[in-house]
Amino acid sequence: MKFITIDKKNWTKGIDKSRGTYRLFGPVKDKNWCMIKELDGDILPDMEYNESVMSAKSVLFPQSETILNTSLNESVEDHHIMKRAKNDYTARAVLGIRPYDAKAIQLVKMNFDTKEYKDPYWCDAYEATTFVGMAITKPGPFDFSTSVDSGPFCEEGLDILLADLDDSFIAKILTPKGESFAAACGFDSTIDDKESQALFDILRKEAEKNINCRVETDKLKEKNLLDLHGASFWDDLAFSCINCGTCTYVCPTCWCFDIQDEAKLKESSRFRNWDTCMSPLFTRHATGHNPRGVKVQRVRQRFMHKLKYFLDKYDQGIMCVGCGRCVKSCPVNIDIREVCHTMNTYEKKD
Amino acid sequence: MDTCIKKIRELSAELLEKGEVQKVIGFAQGTIPMATSPIAIESKQDTEKLVFNSTCGLNLANYASKQKGKVAIIAKGCDSRNIVTHIVENQIQRDQIYIIGVPCTGMVDKSKIATLFEDEITGFTEDGNTLRVTSSSREEILKKQDYLRENCLYCTHKNPILYDVLATELVEEQMLEKPFPDVDRIEALDTDAKWQHFENLTKNCIRCYACRNACPLCYCPTCFVDEAGPQWVGKGQNKTDVNTFHYLRAFHCAGRCTDCGACVEACPMGINVRDFTRKLNKDALELFGWEAGLDITKRPPLDAYSPEDPDDFIK
Ligand code: SF4
Ligand code: SF4
Ligand code: SF4
Ligand code: SF4
Repeated sequence: MKFITIDKKNWTKGIDKSRGTYRLFGPVKDKNWCMIKELDGDILPDMEYNESVMSAKSVLFPQSETILNTSLNESVEDHHIMKRAKNDYTARAVLGIRPYDAKAIQLVKMNFDTKEYKDPYWCDAYEATTFVGMAITKPGPFDFSTSVDSGPFCEEGLDILLADLDDSFIAKILTPKGESFAAACGFDSTIDDKESQALFDILRKEAEKNINCRVETDKLKEKNLLDLHGASFWDDLAFSCINCGTCTYVCPTCWCFDIQDEAKLKESSRFRNWDTCMSPLFTRHATGHNPRGVKVQRVRQRFMHKLKYFLDKYDQGIMCVGCGRCVKSCPVNIDIREVCHTMNTYEKKD
Repeated sequence: MDTCIKKIRELSAELLEKGEVQKVIGFAQGTIPMATSPIAIESKQDTEKLVFNSTCGLNLANYASKQKGKVAIIAKGCDSRNIVTHIVENQIQRDQIYIIGVPCTGMVDKSKIATLFEDEITGFTEDGNTLRVTSSSREEILKKQDYLRENCLYCTHKNPILYDVLATELVEEQMLEKPFPDVDRIEALDTDAKWQHFENLTKNCIRCYACRNACPLCYCPTCFVDEAGPQWVGKGQNKTDVNTFHYLRAFHCAGRCTDCGACVEACPMGINVRDFTRKLNKDALELFGWEAGLDITKRPPLDAYSPEDPDDFIK
């Protein structure tokens, strides 16, 4: 771990220099929105953005990703045999990722990279990626990251953490990957560790002070799973939901996908798309039977997964990093902070 | 509009107390500024939760048809037109629904207001035509007229078409010389520019289908995009597939869309999907003299035979 300072005048030059070795991703302004996109050509990341409407999970887990290909042409060798798609796993870096989004990638990792199973597409992308985080100095009103083991300066999952000092960035280099990226940019003005850490601590405390939203999760663990599952509040809570799945698509921790096959002439590919437990199709069997056939079951699934099943299974906190995106994007204002409170304080009445 | 909420609550309480309806479907205050949430009220005490203001942009007709028993519903002009459409299309029976009509002065364009601020909005209140919007850095006093949603700006049916009771006085309807200036603008583009317009329009679409799910017209048990046997459209982020969804959905709404704006209200990506449906609304008006949801006795033009049909092939 060391600190370096980057004069903003040298930022663009350094970033451009790294393009020789890295594919870059980062926040880009698009009308009123900020999106995390590949920084093609000479597009620069917008390091001053408040928040992006979609999270950075797509850098490792695109909404649509080809995973296997085959030829249906019978004169070709190995026709009809699915082979892994030739995706690009050369080094990539995501610039300006928010600390809560980087933490979310660590939660997603628990699912895609386990002892028994490794999702090769996600793992290879993860291996290839350097995460250059941007600390949040002005947290938005929906940010509750400090309630859920993340926060505006959380370092978990990051290779570099940047803090904005108006004319310059201070970069805390956290891993060898981070070091390589800084070297590829030619950023090498080291500064005193102790002083810099002290400055980081001050900035962090100030930023954390500006988070007014607090969500308690302390009692979720001890609640009986079936009691929560059978609780009476789900019907009212689900009434307004239109099952659009926006909440899961914008969520940096939602990892579900669906597999589809498509063929064009003699070329066939298998790809995966983000899926959402809010959609009736998510669980519909080939027979037509649907174990989660009604809306309330799907709404319950989302919150039970995030706030109870995940917690019980991994014992690593809830499956939410407090980014507030779902709170803001839900068209009917179903607010996970309220639901979490309802679940956390739920007492079964006999 | 603030004064009508008292009346809405009174009427709702009375209906529930007398047992005339099982539920009242209305809006509750949201947990964040400029947000409201559809709610079903079942007891007199809970009527206090009802609100009505310029942020009630979703269409409650979408919720009414899925209920058992008789329900009351708070209906703006556009909601009432979708209730008419539901009745005509047999999604709901007239005697199953009690309509508390609210003559409407328009809903605000939340994303237009949001773009005035660099940071997040932390407060929103309204008083008649005055909106007071605050963020952590400043406050803006706005005229509601200047921040109406586009569909409200062009709305010529602010008063409910069909109702059992009104929550407030009828408002004056506007006459528009050009009812579709937005469509005219797109129609005037050359083919390439038009194509580009629609390509740009949908480029950020994440296929969440919030637009479809918020729409009262989209009640099919299985939408064509969700059908797997046969599969009509690819499910990935391929441009053609994304656009196919939008084009086909728009055509499924032709002659039925009331331009309530719920689709745009719901879209998390700020996509004005009304650019598709509005063109078909314009065609319906110009070709068939038809506006959706105005008459409980008439079937929509694409669903009816008429010797006056402008196309020869049908005669
Ligand atoms: S975003 Fe809201 S309405 Fe859409 S599925 Fe999620 S909770 Fe339901
Ligand atoms: S559940 Fe909501 S607040 Fe939590 S990480 Fe997902 S989008 Fe963010
Ligand atoms: S909340 Fe739903 S979509 Fe998200 S990870 Fe869990 S099951 Fe999947
Ligand atoms: S709501 Fe918006 S993002 Fe979602 S499918 Fe419709 S247009 Fe696309």
